[in-house]
Amino acid sequence: MALSAGVDVGSTQTKAVIINEGLEIVGRSLIDTGANVVQAAEKAYLNALNNSGRREEEVAYVIGTGYGRYKVTFGDTQVTEISCHGRGAVHMFPKTRTVLDMGGQDTKAISVSETGEIVDFCMNDKCAAGTGRFLGAASMALDIPLDKLGATALESEKPVKISTTCTVFAESEVLSWLGKGKKIQDILLGVHKSISSRSISLLRRVGLDDEITFTGGVAKNIGMVEVLNKNLGSKMNVSDDSHFMGALGAALFAMDHIKTSRIPAGGEA
Amino acid sequence: MNDAIKKEMVGRGTREGAALFRDWFQDLTEKANNGETAAYVFVMGSIAEILRTFDLPMVFPEIHSLQTAVRHVADDYLNEAEDYGYSPDICGYVKADFAMQMQNGKHPMGRIPKPGVAVLTNACNTYLKWAEIWERIYDVPMVSIDVPATREAGTRTWPGDEQFEREKKYVKVQLLELIEICENLTGKKFDIDRLREVLGHVNTMSSGWKRVLELNQSRPSLFNALTDGTVYLGMSNVFRGTPEGAEFFTRLVEEMEYMSANGIGTLTDEKYRLSFIGVPCYPIFRRFNEMFTEWGGSFVMSSYLWFASGGSNLGFQYNLDDPLDSLAEGVLVSVRDAMDSMFHPELTVLNNSEEYNIDGVVYHPIKSCRTTSAGMADNRRALMENSDLPSLFIESDMMDSRVVTEAQMKNRIDAFFEGLASRKAKATIGA
Repeated sequence: MALSAGVDVGSTQTKAVIINEGLEIVGRSLIDTGANVVQAAEKAYLNALNNSGRREEEVAYVIGTGYGRYKVTFGDTQVTEISCHGRGAVHMFPKTRTVLDMGGQDTKAISVSETGEIVDFCMNDKCAAGTGRFLGAASMALDIPLDKLGATALESEKPVKISTTCTVFAESEVLSWLGKGKKIQDILLGVHKSISSRSISLLRRVGLDDEITFTGGVAKNIGMVEVLNKNLGSKMNVSDDSHFMGALGAALFAMDHIKTSRIPAGGEA
Repeated sequence: MNDAIKKEMVGRGTREGAALFRDWFQDLTEKANNGETAAYVFVMGSIAEILRTFDLPMVFPEIHSLQTAVRHVADDYLNEAEDYGYSPDICGYVKADFAMQMQNGKHPMGRIPKPGVAVLTNACNTYLKWAEIWERIYDVPMVSIDVPATREAGTRTWPGDEQFEREKKYVKVQLLELIEICENLTGKKFDIDRLREVLGHVNTMSSGWKRVLELNQSRPSLFNALTDGTVYLGMSNVFRGTPEGAEFFTRLVEEMEYMSANGIGTLTDEKYRLSFIGVPCYPIFRRFNEMFTEWGGSFVMSSYLWFASGGSNLGFQYNLDDPLDSLAEGVLVSVRDAMDSMFHPELTVLNNSEEYNIDGVVYHPIKSCRTTSAGMADNRRALMENSDLPSLFIESDMMDSRVVTEAQMKNRIDAFFEGLASRKAKATIGA
């Protein structure tokens, strides 16, 4: 039984997933990308293998995805994270028709068919407004760890309105609210609401079809999930493996390749 | 197939076009160095027919501006214009031209003469403001030809219709005014036989241009509408109404017919046939196209070749027995079509997608030209509602490399092709 792997080299973090022929995740890993992208890809892959307890020789096909996909030098081919997030989301939640992927430097709205094919997509362009980096800036300005941002925001009773859409200017706006004596919780909820509003506008551009699956690292933020659900008026699918969705999609495409290559020319295997 | 003939024929148009273009810039440089002026005109309705009749040299500011981007020096010009106070958000062509005027016509391909007159149509809302800059700097006359546009896409009036005849008369009166201005400028008397001769050359060129575009229905495609097509487009503007222009298009038709008859394509392995909507990304002109050809994608049609040729893709034929009346009719029909191609390109794509075997449509809105880009998102939505043609929406610019991000564009382009590949694979399995 062969294994396949997907390595998603993102701007902030690198994720790797190993799956078996039953399309189950048998190993996963997540590390910070850092400056050496090639090394990050290798390390994430080896960590995932280690996590699976399987040997490297068992992995028959590896696909790289994410902005650093061409740096997965040991991989067999590359597929964009747009296709991979769509594929991963439909695999996890088969009724998914729209995917919202929020990562470190971009946010994508992806419309998918029932088979996981990309129908349309739309993403932030040339600017990190409304992305994970926006949350990062708020985290720095308020000195609250990233993983505590969501829970802190949900304690807010009276959120402020963050009017800037620029990630760089957001920091000064956050500081100006602090100067006005606003509570950290209220400022943070304002930040989440600002991101939510930009993301929903992207989703509308590709068509807001049920069901929506939320993927990417920011999907781990409970505050973001709650604000988005409230603004959408529906509950998005969120998997525990949401930040591995791109790597999972890549591993699924890799498994397709393994299975297709077994079919002899002109007939079924 | 005779290899020597093949070598001579294939690519002849781009070779000859490039050589004629160099000659044109050389000629402009000589004129600038001699202190001569030129008529400044625009691609969407140059009214070259009248200007040629008076032997007025022509400068196309859109073309000399875009050449600065192709030659990777646009940023220097844009920065200079912005230093002077022009906003980063306005037309990059205007800014590059303005900076060039400030540098006394210095251009990477030579030197551009100063304007002696500016002639424009209303096809682009920036033309008027642009020409006002020259009017202010050089105190030269500015002639604006107001061409009535289509009131509602798809419901045009035609010769014989009361409204059309009224509008034709309106255009004709303006052309007569232009003739009078040209007489005063050059001291020459208007010669209708010379106009007839010029119109004859335009007729040959227009029918050739139309035929070339139609011949790209061939599989594989004969030329890339984004790269080769832009060279042909330049020829259709700069050499309009000249014997060289007429001959160029006659020979280009010959080349395309030869390629079509021999199954020679622009790509060795054409996998996807695409339609391009918008203005090219000149700062990375070659690379932009490569991101598509690497996947086996070839642009077989482009709205740029329709609107930026001033609608001459229609192949309108002037009636040489009644030159002035026919010129008014041609300007009305062609410039109106240029505007429609800019604002409603999806109609032409939808009407021709089967003949051209279109697999997908690429929309390329650009930051510094709102005229061509503002309605594209809605336009794409209309395309998607009326067909199942996959489409891609990528934004960059025609001039400003500061807003061209190759990595992000490539990501979107790759995802688009992954979708096309998956769609094609499914269609093959289902067949």
